[in-house]
Amino acid sequence: MSEEQIKHVIFKILRRIAPESDPSRLAPDENIRRALDIDSFDALNFFIHLHEELGVNIPESDYGQLNTLSEMLDYLSVHIG
Amino acid sequence: MPGLGADMVTGALVEWKVKPGDRVKRGDIIAVVDTDKAAIEIEVFEDGIVEDLRVQPGQTVPVGTVMAIIRTEAVPFAAEIAAAKEEKVLVEGTRKIMEIEAPPLAEVVIPSRQPLAGRAGRIKASPYARRLAAEHSIDLGALRGTGPQGEIYASDVESAVSAAGQESSKEAGGAPTEEPVPLVTKEKLPPTSPIAGKPAATDYQAAIRRAIAAAMARSNREIPHYYLQTRIDMSRTLHWLESENLKRSIKERILLAVPLIKAVALALGEVPELNGYWIDDRHQVQESINIGFAISLRQGGLITPAILGPDLMSVDELMEALKDLITRTRAGRLRSSEMTEATITVTSLGDFGVETVYGVIYPPQVALVGFGKVMEQPWAENGLLGARPVVTATLAGDHRATDGRRGAQFLDALNRRLQEPSKL
Amino acid sequence: MSNGMEHMRKLTYREAVREAMRDALRKDERVFLMGEDVGRYGGCFAVSKGLIEEFGPERIRDTPLCESTFVGAGIGAALGGMRPIVEIMTVNFSLLAADQILNNTATYLHMSGGLFNVPLIIRMATGGGRQLAAQHSHCLSGWYAHIPGIKVLTPATVEDARGMLWTALDDPDPVLIFENSGLYNMEGFLPIDAGPVDIDSARVRRAGKDLTIISYSASLFKALDAAETLSKEGIEAEVIDLRTLRPLDERTFLDSAARTHRVLIVDEGWRSGSISAEVSARIMEKAFFELDAAVERICSAEVPMPYAKHLEEAALPRMEKIIEVVRKMVRSHG
Repeated sequence: MSEEQIKHVIFKILRRIAPESDPSRLAPDENIRRALDIDSFDALNFFIHLHEELGVNIPESDYGQLNTLSEMLDYLSVHIG
Repeated sequence: MPGLGADMVTGALVEWKVKPGDRVKRGDIIAVVDTDKAAIEIEVFEDGIVEDLRVQPGQTVPVGTVMAIIRTEAVPFAAEIAAAKEEKVLVEGTRKIMEIEAPPLAEVVIPSRQPLAGRAGRIKASPYARRLAAEHSIDLGALRGTGPQGEIYASDVESAVSAAGQESSKEAGGAPTEEPVPLVTKEKLPPTSPIAGKPAATDYQAAIRRAIAAAMARSNREIPHYYLQTRIDMSRTLHWLESENLKRSIKERILLAVPLIKAVALALGEVPELNGYWIDDRHQVQESINIGFAISLRQGGLITPAILGPDLMSVDELMEALKDLITRTRAGRLRSSEMTEATITVTSLGDFGVETVYGVIYPPQVALVGFGKVMEQPWAENGLLGARPVVTATLAGDHRATDGRRGAQFLDALNRRLQEPSKL
Repeated sequence: MSNGMEHMRKLTYREAVREAMRDALRKDERVFLMGEDVGRYGGCFAVSKGLIEEFGPERIRDTPLCESTFVGAGIGAALGGMRPIVEIMTVNFSLLAADQILNNTATYLHMSGGLFNVPLIIRMATGGGRQLAAQHSHCLSGWYAHIPGIKVLTPATVEDARGMLWTALDDPDPVLIFENSGLYNMEGFLPIDAGPVDIDSARVRRAGKDLTIISYSASLFKALDAAETLSKEGIEAEVIDLRTLRPLDERTFLDSAARTHRVLIVDEGWRSGSISAEVSARIMEKAFFELDAAVERICSAEVPMPYAKHLEEAALPRMEKIIEVVRKMVRSHG
């Protein structure tokens, strides 16, 4: 799966969680939770959707490595089977 | 039209979920009503058969208006007794949603010379009208004054109070005379049925702010708050949560809010004085624990619907309930009981990096529990200094109902519960 | 069958004041009356008629036309242990004795460090309505109520005209009694054994629930008449007689305001800086959250009292005006 495709999926999920936002405007190093006002319930939903879409099972202990778009892309490109 | 908030004066019917002839049982959702603040699902209080729907979708009626007639089992259909001489039989045997019919809005309100929209800015109300409104938690902004310039007089507030009074008098015996109402401060969702015109977002925002203003101003005016706070070592709870979540699929993972809510509920079991209301100069401790949980909304504002009986749920059940509640809150689909039955409020602002929460109690409740962010902090224990994840828990208590000692016992109980997460 | 009236007798306000003085003169030999024409002429308003025959010129003393002198003499007599009743013909003339009243009578207790009380009574006629024009018709009782150190009584009823004097004489400090000249001919019923009444409380003269009318002296009866008319329209006005303007019994009118939530003050004085302004301010200060409407006032027009009858009537508070304002206050918002 290409980085573009992964990004597309991430944006789709973020738009579902934060409908009023435009994730494509996120800078690669911007803290997503802060930028889109994501709380812990939103975050849980994000990881549920990510699991549904991409099949990745991200353990809670890894949440800290997924703060920005570029971190997510790095993490996911490694973990998608 | 039930009163879904002390500040609610009118409500608009969005849709009926039942039709005449339908059989309903207690707890069924029979209608969706749009208040100033949110679309609310209305539950029915009786088993019976829907006989007549008296309000049409899109219609706005004052609180207290009869919306439907529900026939209880013992009573024959209206058609069957049409021949019967006395209409009284119907009235007496039929459970009305409201006991007293309020006159239509148009009869209550004498149109003011000045259109409502032109009354921008300050609300002109007499001091006595203001006092009455404060005593009865009536939102002056929602009233239309009958004075020559649209001024609000005591009589205008009294009309609104009597309409609301008709509502509260119908509540089952033993229930508090003043309904506890969760803090409803979210942006109102646009009506889903063809209610004429779509009010501008600013109208919703103004209504929300007025709702917050009425409830919070009343709280700070009437409730002598005391505040206690304690730092709680969260290492055991977090460790337990982590290991529990490792056992679960992503979908079943538990949020930290769950052990926090559960611990509050169990601590309330030990210190029940904080679970209840202050009404009519009397402390009214409630037996069932219903925790109003502050849920923030993306559009701005927050809402505190009740989780009913979390003390009796397992953590998984509680997570399910919380997920369901948050989802429905954000979709604007709450049930009337969730809007009115909270006995205490819990607010967690940890997601936003806040360390300590000093809450404003939601009247007539007598306590609010606040949680901040879990932060790694230096922690001395048994003469050794280490780093622990620590949360600051605060209690805002109504000093009329309880004293600091009771509050301290509660925070102590809360701490103990969070040190034994496996028993949650 | 008894209707209670066999114990009552009818008398005028003038007779009630005279009887009060006669009673005091009989009971206490320290009491004496002095003023312009109070003796042989029987008083400008005939209030003291017959007293000189009964008590002699030592105790019913005619004075020169010099208010500052005889009020000053009254102060001296009071300081010397007497109980003088000084009559000033009208309130307008009392201004000639303003220095004695304000600078001396009202301050001696204070200036003497609490050693010298001045148990002086000053009675004076006040009020308009008798075509006596701008120098004899003003209502300055509220103006005197501004001054600490004196008490200001405004008896409106025959009962108060009869009963306030003795209580005032019992008071160790100076008391001013304002008798509205328009009331002297008013008749009223009094118990045969009527005696002293208190001088420190207001009275609810008529109970009502829709609005409170606060008044005193002659205006009280305009308020009561207006209340009767309004009652036929279904508006029940409560009418309060202040009776004493200093010290003000604010509890009575604040309680009433808390019952009715609307207050109209009818005051024969001029509006600016009047006792009605004081009453209104106290209601605002102490019963703000009881008010459902702004406190309204009906006062005399702020002009020197006209001589012409129709103009004088127009300048004074009128019953019709009271009715009109009450209707507006009660009904303005349906």
